[in-house]
Amino acid sequence: MNETLIAFLYLIASVCFIMALRGLSSPETSRGGLLYGVVGMVIAIVTTVALPIVQSYWWIVGGIIAGGLVGTVIAQRIQMTALPQLVAAFHSLVGLAAVAVAAAAFYAPHKFGIGEVGNIHAGSLVEMGLGVAVGAVTFTGSVIAFAKLQALMSGAPLVFTGQHILNAALGIAIVVLIVALIVTQSQAAFWALVVVSLLLGFLLILPIGGADMPVVVSMLNSYSGWAACGIGFTLSNSLLIITGALVGSSGAILSYIMCKGMNRSIFNVILGGFGTDSGAAAAGAKSGDKPIKAGSAEDAAFIMKNASSVIIVPGYGMAVAQAQHALREMADLLKDEGAKISYAIHPVAGRMPGHMNVLLAEASVPYDEVFELEDINRDFAQADVAFVIGANDVTNPAAKTDPKSPIYGMPILDVEQAKTVLFVKRSMASGYAGVDNELFFRNNTMMLFGDAKKMCEDIVKSLG
Amino acid sequence: METTVAETAGQMAEGIAHAPFVFLFTVFVLACFVGYYVVWRVTPALHSPLMAVTNGISSVIIVGALIAAGPADFSFSQIMGFIGVTLASVNIFGGFLVTYRMLSMFKKKGR
Repeated sequence: MNETLIAFLYLIASVCFIMALRGLSSPETSRGGLLYGVVGMVIAIVTTVALPIVQSYWWIVGGIIAGGLVGTVIAQRIQMTALPQLVAAFHSLVGLAAVAVAAAAFYAPHKFGIGEVGNIHAGSLVEMGLGVAVGAVTFTGSVIAFAKLQALMSGAPLVFTGQHILNAALGIAIVVLIVALIVTQSQAAFWALVVVSLLLGFLLILPIGGADMPVVVSMLNSYSGWAACGIGFTLSNSLLIITGALVGSSGAILSYIMCKGMNRSIFNVILGGFGTDSGAAAAGAKSGDKPIKAGSAEDAAFIMKNASSVIIVPGYGMAVAQAQHALREMADLLKDEGAKISYAIHPVAGRMPGHMNVLLAEASVPYDEVFELEDINRDFAQADVAFVIGANDVTNPAAKTDPKSPIYGMPILDVEQAKTVLFVKRSMASGYAGVDNELFFRNNTMMLFGDAKKMCEDIVKSLG
Repeated sequence: METTVAETAGQMAEGIAHAPFVFLFTVFVLACFVGYYVVWRVTPALHSPLMAVTNGISSVIIVGALIAAGPADFSFSQIMGFIGVTLASVNIFGGFLVTYRMLSMFKKKGR
């Protein structure tokens, strides 16, 4: 195969990847888009294997079979609630693969045409250094994110004094080591760079709390793309550069959307410590001895039976309680009673972007009944019932009215405008942000205390 | 002059030529713009499949690992290549398959 043909095939693969993302603009075109992605990957792999430098296939076939089996089994077994951890784990593998490829290129630069051992082009080393650094940070950062999401370690932010100074020092050390790598071309500098970057990855994610994980997962998604980009520059491979840039910008946009959903700046999230705020307790409505109206499943069933439109507001608590199937059953019965059912999704409703949509889709909720915040917020004023299940902070009016509140400015779902608000909750405990929700004490609010799944099942019984 | 030609020919024979940085950087910047516009058009409902599929396609880094794992002579670089191929394969299969699982759940009202 000649140079031009190879470049042309890589270009086709790149276009396929762009089409794969393009397909996701609507659920109808998404499956076709996925096919493009698979085709692009096959073209990329076959083209590379056909390169003259690839002469022995055992390692390659062995690696693809072993990795493919593991990936297939994991992807088939994974629960949709555990999706964020899975994605974090996958990000860590991209990071580690980037480090492995960089190491391979460093030890055998002639294979990649970037010089000889001990005499690698300076430009290639800068790119390699950056690729290794980002890859290693992605790896350990994702491992921590995985551990927090999988509850292998506490989701609480781990903060200590001098943390930011230490991180800055490690960042400077990375730059120094890349320079050292160029000057000395030594293996020691290469591995020192790997170790320092791994350490930085740990320290970057440790101070970020569980509630901020949607941002972290998106951010690491972005990093994994930039790592691929760095390697692409090292190997002068435009396919890797294009794909890395696509993935990098995708992750960056998702991080931005998640930050906006919480009204936080990306720096605020990265610097961490959210959720331990002692100032939070002072703000917001004091619960104290204000009266609340608590109801039973029968009361809720009665109210909803007579409603003509019900908006369901699911939060992560619903997924934790595995209540989505019972919830959909309840919605089906209400539809039979003639009620119009819609679902309102807050951008940060799940543990990763779009998580709640997948969980509802898994429970066979049709996607045209599910709406994003900006599309449904006006409908609450006309709704008879807002059924809030497992969500809290995303409905708190304090975000609009109380400048002292830690969640002030966060976009919220205007559930309080519905005629009746039904609030399914385990107890009066506050949400992730540690703020009381004044909604609980309103006249048109009825609290339904109990496990989300149990409550839905009881309502189903009362409706039937 | 002759040596340069010979060198270039040598590189061609290996199948990898090195484009100037500015050229690669141009590709990079344009790709960032394409990514920006394409990703903003992705419906928020499909943001989870987006992350899973980007997981799969960023594993195109396997291309580098294949080159490292390919040569006939055994070396440290080849071991690294093998590790890279294996890790990236987990992601390619896992990422695409889990995306497929998610997308096949999204259905319209059909009752």
